[in-house]
Amino acid sequence: MQRIPILELGESLFVTVQVDIDDQLAFALQDDLMTKIVATGAKGVLIDISSMEIVDSFLGRMLAGIASMSRILDAEVVVVGMRPVVAITLVELGLSLPGVRMALNVDRGIAMLDEALTAGGGLDDEYSRAE
Amino acid sequence: MTNTVAPNDGTTQGPRLYPILSDNDVVQFRHEVRAAAVAAGLRLIDQTKLVTAASELARNALEHGGGGLGEIGPPEAVGRRGVRVIVEDDGPGIADLDLALTDGFSRDNGMGMGLPGSRRLVDSFDLWSEQGVGTCVIVEKWAL
Amino acid sequence: MARRPNPTLATVPDDPESPASPTTQAQQVSATTSQSLLAELLLDRREQVLDAWVQAQATKLERRSGRRPDADVRAECEALLDALQSAVASDSIDVKSPEYVEVTRLVDFMSKDRARQGYSPIETAIAVFSLKDSLLGVLEEVCGDQPELLVDEIKKMNALVDYLGLQTFEAYMAGREEVIVSQQQSMLALSTPVVKLWDGIVALPLIGTLDTDRTQTVMENLLQAIVETESQVAIIDITGVVTVDTAVAQNLLKTVAATRLMGAECIISGVRPQIAQTMVFLGVELGDVVTKATLADAFKVGLKMVGADQTAVGRA
Repeated sequence: MQRIPILELGESLFVTVQVDIDDQLAFALQDDLMTKIVATGAKGVLIDISSMEIVDSFLGRMLAGIASMSRILDAEVVVVGMRPVVAITLVELGLSLPGVRMALNVDRGIAMLDEALTAGGGLDDEYSRAE
Repeated sequence: MTNTVAPNDGTTQGPRLYPILSDNDVVQFRHEVRAAAVAAGLRLIDQTKLVTAASELARNALEHGGGGLGEIGPPEAVGRRGVRVIVEDDGPGIADLDLALTDGFSRDNGMGMGLPGSRRLVDSFDLWSEQGVGTCVIVEKWAL
Repeated sequence: MARRPNPTLATVPDDPESPASPTTQAQQVSATTSQSLLAELLLDRREQVLDAWVQAQATKLERRSGRRPDADVRAECEALLDALQSAVASDSIDVKSPEYVEVTRLVDFMSKDRARQGYSPIETAIAVFSLKDSLLGVLEEVCGDQPELLVDEIKKMNALVDYLGLQTFEAYMAGREEVIVSQQQSMLALSTPVVKLWDGIVALPLIGTLDTDRTQTVMENLLQAIVETESQVAIIDITGVVTVDTAVAQNLLKTVAATRLMGAECIISGVRPQIAQTMVFLGVELGDVVTKATLADAFKVGLKMVGADQTAVGRA
């Protein structure tokens, strides 16, 4: 089964989620990410969802889950590139992903991760406290 | 002389059926719903809402209903442009219908079947469920 | 897998704003015997039925100004008759069944096409109902000596044509609805402009109400503006929003949530003391959302957020 590749970007990991991710692929990504965070000691994870045309409640919760689990493994997650129609639909569905940091695009996401990392291993802010 | 015979634009063919028995079937179903939504002239936001709702329903059928059947066709009302999606299963049915349809129950907590949420995404929503028999949900999204 | 009949249980109440369908009454066409006599007649006496129908329309709609050329009317009716013949010949009298899809489509098209040409919905319905005159004539000819059969066939034919006539109304209404909603959307789009205040800051002055439709448009415009300007701060000014009740408050929260998903932060400005009181009274939790009394105050906060102050930490 093909799996979503995870790239190393300095102290962070970088993932681009394809357009059509089925449940199997999603679970595999979750597993692979956690494994890699531990293996590389990564402190940050950037997830690019700009190609995703649909994010339903399963995928939304998956993103939230990845953020929570990563935090436990001492890594911050930033999700970038959510499309406007996807954001509107997700909110209408009842999910607002409160525990997940979001950024407009990859550049902003990297900047956000840098900031979180240089501030010394995780910011004490609403995201960390949200758990 | 004007064209007095209605052009057959291919969007008013009869409904099509799709099995929902696996992960991949759900993905396929999403594609088909998307195609129908595009053909019916729905705006992007409405396409997204419909496909997302269809995904929720299909997942429910798979996870709670033991697999199901999806149907995509034109809206029931004559003259309406849009798409009608039906998802049904022969599963155990919904035990507590009121609870399942109560808003806030499944919000952000990973439980429930996301029915109130799906309902907000569509223009018409009909639900039938009987314990021990199955569940059938019919939704429509219109091109207004 | 068993096909389920149309759901009758646990039907979630419809949106009260949508008009009830006028065809639900006429759907109950008797489902016992076959319609083969009608199908035969529509085939054998096709020309006769068609001629009589076109003639009946000409007579009944005589006073209409700008009458369409008979050839056009004839072509349109011919197509419908043929579709009807196929449908009836399939022995299905359930007008909702797939066999009638083509008939429905043609009636829908006829209704909208004639509306475009200036026919009123009643005129179009009259045109369809006048098919009865034509079919009655033929039925009388064929089974005038068998009164029971005649009555039976007339009943079936009647129910069928009644449904077609009602369909023209429904199609007309759906057509008008599309026009109205499209106009509404244009107006909504015009009344929710998003302005760029600074690099990274956009503002949206809301005026009037924030109901469901409006919220939809607001979110679309705002999020689109955020993408285009790559903004991190969105100021929603509600000075012009007259009433802030639970629904409005929830719609605001939805908008704030959607904005956050785009990596931007919302500031709500124009919060008057009364609004603050109402919100507390209603138990509306704004949580972490920053609120300011004036747009100016919100702007100052926004500047800090985008790093006009170098050491500021953006919460986006």
